[in-house]
Amino acid sequence: MSTTRTILICSGKGGVGKTTTTANLGIALARQGAKTVVLDADFGLRNLDLLLGLENRIVYTAQEVLAESCRLEQALVKHKQEPNLALLPAGNPRMLEWLKPKDMQAIVALLERQFDYVLIDCPAGIEDGFKNAAAAAREAVVITTPEVAAVRDADRVIGLLNTKGVQPVQLVLNRVRPKMMSNQEMLSVDDVTDILALPLLGLVFEDEQVIVSTNRGEPLTLSDSSSPAAQAYGNIAQRLQGEDIPLMDPSQARLGLRARMRKLMQTRIF
Amino acid sequence: MTLKEFIDKLLRRQPASAETAKERLQLVLAHDRSDLNPELLEQMRREILEVVARYVEIDLEEGDVSLETEDRVTALVANLPIRRPVVKPANGGTL
Repeated sequence: MSTTRTILICSGKGGVGKTTTTANLGIALARQGAKTVVLDADFGLRNLDLLLGLENRIVYTAQEVLAESCRLEQALVKHKQEPNLALLPAGNPRMLEWLKPKDMQAIVALLERQFDYVLIDCPAGIEDGFKNAAAAAREAVVITTPEVAAVRDADRVIGLLNTKGVQPVQLVLNRVRPKMMSNQEMLSVDDVTDILALPLLGLVFEDEQVIVSTNRGEPLTLSDSSSPAAQAYGNIAQRLQGEDIPLMDPSQARLGLRARMRKLMQTRIF
Repeated sequence: MTLKEFIDKLLRRQPASAETAKERLQLVLAHDRSDLNPELLEQMRREILEVVARYVEIDLEEGDVSLETEDRVTALVANLPIRRPVVKPANGGTL
């Protein structure tokens, strides 16, 4: 019985930060000493290579490994700055039809022999892509933002994961805007965890640095940035490893000068 | 936030949007999770009202049968304001 943790990173809605989370969590786990592989199972529209800055180094994919036209070691792309992290692209986007649940299980079985963590970056939605990606997952992290459409779609995915017996299923609440939350113009952390009835693995504040790091192909967690999002991903990785790290408190988020002034003025009025 | 929205909020003319979002989500998820189509739900509502109306006089305008959900468990909640019990006439006739 392998002790590898194979975790599906999924959401219902697209664009909520699955791939960003996979990349940053992969780097953070690797930095904490865990041998980690990130598997891009969104092979129709793959992007994990781009976010990790590895897009120019892909030669083989899981497809060739399964066809036995290359060894697994040849297909794994090691990260330059973080040798504990490797990427395995699931397949060539031009050949969408190859990957079936059993292919996924075969690939993950190979990876579980040599890694501590297998993170599967799942495609959005609940169609075949999701089902294939989920076939080999033992546990899952569902990413959502505090928006009605994202929460509703997350609920569908959680329902499907429950029927497949994947557990534990934990939640990452992404793109939290502390100011909007305190103004009650954004679903609160409790609102979302109550509605979805999932334990919260972490929350990530909206952070412009995420865009900058994506542009550069250097995940935030790599550049040892003190940005709130980088800290959040670091915390999430530690919690995955079983450490007891307190959650960030949106009401204690650092406020800019203008926001502080406005808050001061509001306190005077009310 | 526009000035008008700010004033509305200040005067509590309009609830903060997070509250509205939560209520809307709870409703839509109750329906998603139960997988009942609206037609079936409407038929159920009518029949429940009919049964209850045999025993008590209810306010059909105010009566409401809806799905509510908590902790991933969905419940059918009937809220039926009772006007008064149906009086069974002594002579066996109807009202």
